Amino acid sequence: MKDLIKMFSIFFRIGAFTLGGGYAMIPLIQEEIVEKNKWIEEDEFMDVIALSQTIPGALAINASTYVGYRMFGFKGALLACTATILPSILMILLIAVFFVQFHQMPAVEAVFKGIRPAVVALIIGAVLKLGKNLPRTAKNLTWILIVVVLIAYFHIHPIPIIIGSGLLGFVLYRRERGL
Amino acid sequence: MNTILEIFITFMKIGGFSFGGGLAMLPLIEKEVVINHQWLTAKEFVDIIAIAEMTPGPIAINTSTFVGYKVAGYPGALAGSIGVTIISFMLVILVARYFLKIKDAKETKAVFEGIRPAVLGMILSAGISVGRTAFIDYKSVLIALLVLFSIHKLKLHPILSILGAGALGILLY
Repeated sequence: MKDLIKMFSIFFRIGAFTLGGGYAMIPLIQEEIVEKNKWIEEDEFMDVIALSQTIPGALAINASTYVGYRMFGFKGALLACTATILPSILMILLIAVFFVQFHQMPAVEAVFKGIRPAVVALIIGAVLKLGKNLPRTAKNLTWILIVVVLIAYFHIHPIPIIIGSGLLGFVLYRRERGL
Repeated sequence: MNTILEIFITFMKIGGFSFGGGLAMLPLIEKEVVINHQWLTAKEFVDIIAIAEMTPGPIAINTSTFVGYKVAGYPGALAGSIGVTIISFMLVILVARYFLKIKDAKETKAVFEGIRPAVLGMILSAGISVGRTAFIDYKSVLIALLVLFSIHKLKLHPILSILGAGALGILLY
């Protein structure tokens, strides 16, 4: 019981500080889970990170669900997952309540008129950062362009695009290997 | 269909396909929430992205809670948050039990080699779509360039950039 409460409070804290995406959280999770509490080993932690990137969902939530499951089975997974998402849910609820009330005020609208272009800049910034890790092959660049045209101009639903991209990767890989 | 159930199923779809981090999910969220269900206006959608960037937690969770609350109050918020989490939750448990080795399989890697450029394409599409709402005059383009410079070259924290842009908004509008 004491361990369950401890785990809950650790993941609650991790959830409360996941600002700016899951990657920022990796050192914090590592410190709490691997180094301080020794709940899982360094090697397994690296596997968990890779795994969390392979399946859908947020990195921090997937990683905490995994650790919770390894430690206390299903109830551990449920507890860890809840603890990680609870801070954001509470925070957003608080904002939603006020947002709905104040959104029509001219001053608030002025603030958001300034913020909206900043969101475009943040998104472009993310593309530039992620683009650094992607090999600059003709194949990749063409595919990026096709996806942009399909989504932004033809308004194709993203789900078939994700599935199609996965299939394409698989097929191209098999052809490269001559299978 | 019952609204709560509709919120749950919509966000389950979004959660089940959220590969590649929050920003890559924006086109999917926009398609479902703004275009198909019209739960948010285009402006509200951009505003919630800004709010999600300033508060803890992934964009998908933040959006699901916000939209759920706006459409159907607290039960809606709960339905949205659980819906967006449930698929990855079950997949993590399955993988933890049976398939930890699946990630090393060459086939899995091949699939993700295909998805990775698509993720960049999706993020870029989100930028274009947000731009259509955000760019209302030359001042807004100027703000975007300023913020891009501050985060990309000066490595300023995104939260500070958003706050700064908000302050500029008050000054300019």
